[in-house]
Amino acid sequence: MALTDPFMLAGREYRSRLIIGSGKYRSFEETRRATEAAGAEIVTVAVRRVNITDPGKENLLDWLPLDRFTILPNTAGCYTAEDAIRTCRLAREAGIGTLVKVEVIGDEKTLFPDVPATIEACRVLVKEGFQVLPYVTDDPVACRRLEEAGCAAVMPLAAPIGSGLGIRNPYNLRIIVEQSRVPVIVDAGVGTASHAAEAMELGCDGVLMNTAIAGARDPILMAEAMRQAVEAGRKAFRAGRIPARLYATASSPLDGLIR
Amino acid sequence: MRVTVNDEPRELPDGATVAELVAALGLGPRRIAVELNRDIVPRATYADRRLHDGDVVEVIHFVGGG
Repeated sequence: MALTDPFMLAGREYRSRLIIGSGKYRSFEETRRATEAAGAEIVTVAVRRVNITDPGKENLLDWLPLDRFTILPNTAGCYTAEDAIRTCRLAREAGIGTLVKVEVIGDEKTLFPDVPATIEACRVLVKEGFQVLPYVTDDPVACRRLEEAGCAAVMPLAAPIGSGLGIRNPYNLRIIVEQSRVPVIVDAGVGTASHAAEAMELGCDGVLMNTAIAGARDPILMAEAMRQAVEAGRKAFRAGRIPARLYATASSPLDGLIR
Repeated sequence: MRVTVNDEPRELPDGATVAELVAALGLGPRRIAVELNRDIVPRATYADRRLHDGDVVEVIHFVGGG
């Protein structure tokens, strides 16, 4: 059956507009339960060296099977275009597809992206056949450059990664939403459900978060709250909100008042 | 012979292949990728790629991350 409001990303159709990260959970089981509570169909993962002295019995992907979830490898921790490109090539060779989240970090303290290096990495990766989702500053010009480079979406930050500050610049996000012909996914900075709803109300196509769920006292409950917030925000956006105004307009009729 | 795997030295029998290294690490069925001296080794060629003394190998997998 056709979905009423499908989320189209890189040629595939998704029901859920909430993408979640798989970092910082206490166990693989908790990761899986949070993913299900969030209703997420796309889950980000990091690419790291295997600990060869103790490879461990279980692997994250045992809990996030590829036939149920779209696995989105990221380039977290990369500070150069070269490292990000290398990481994506390795991820593809590991056999989970060509969809990648590119982040090239420019500053250790804020984890803000190095925008020129991000654009450079995306150009190369698009040419190599990757479907690239770049983490970027909430800068309309940077987002336009990434779209021109052939990225499958743009993923402006709401606030620094893991900060939970919420949407710092809703006006820039509105401009990015208005100009973009690829999906706009808010990536990073969401702290609580209202932030996720706000991103969707602004017209963003999706929200990506990790710490807001994994770091909550009850991650499963927060995952559910985020699912509902993204759904509610999306519906509010589609419904078309009333204009905000300074003075009251009565909701009850003025005719027929008792005298 | 001695190779370096993920920055750690490792002794392997002379003529060992990438497939043998992956098996020795107990990583057979996992989603991994291997670089040999900075070049990606396609999975289909693991059994044919012989390692040499001094080779530098990277073996990656997927972990939790945002």
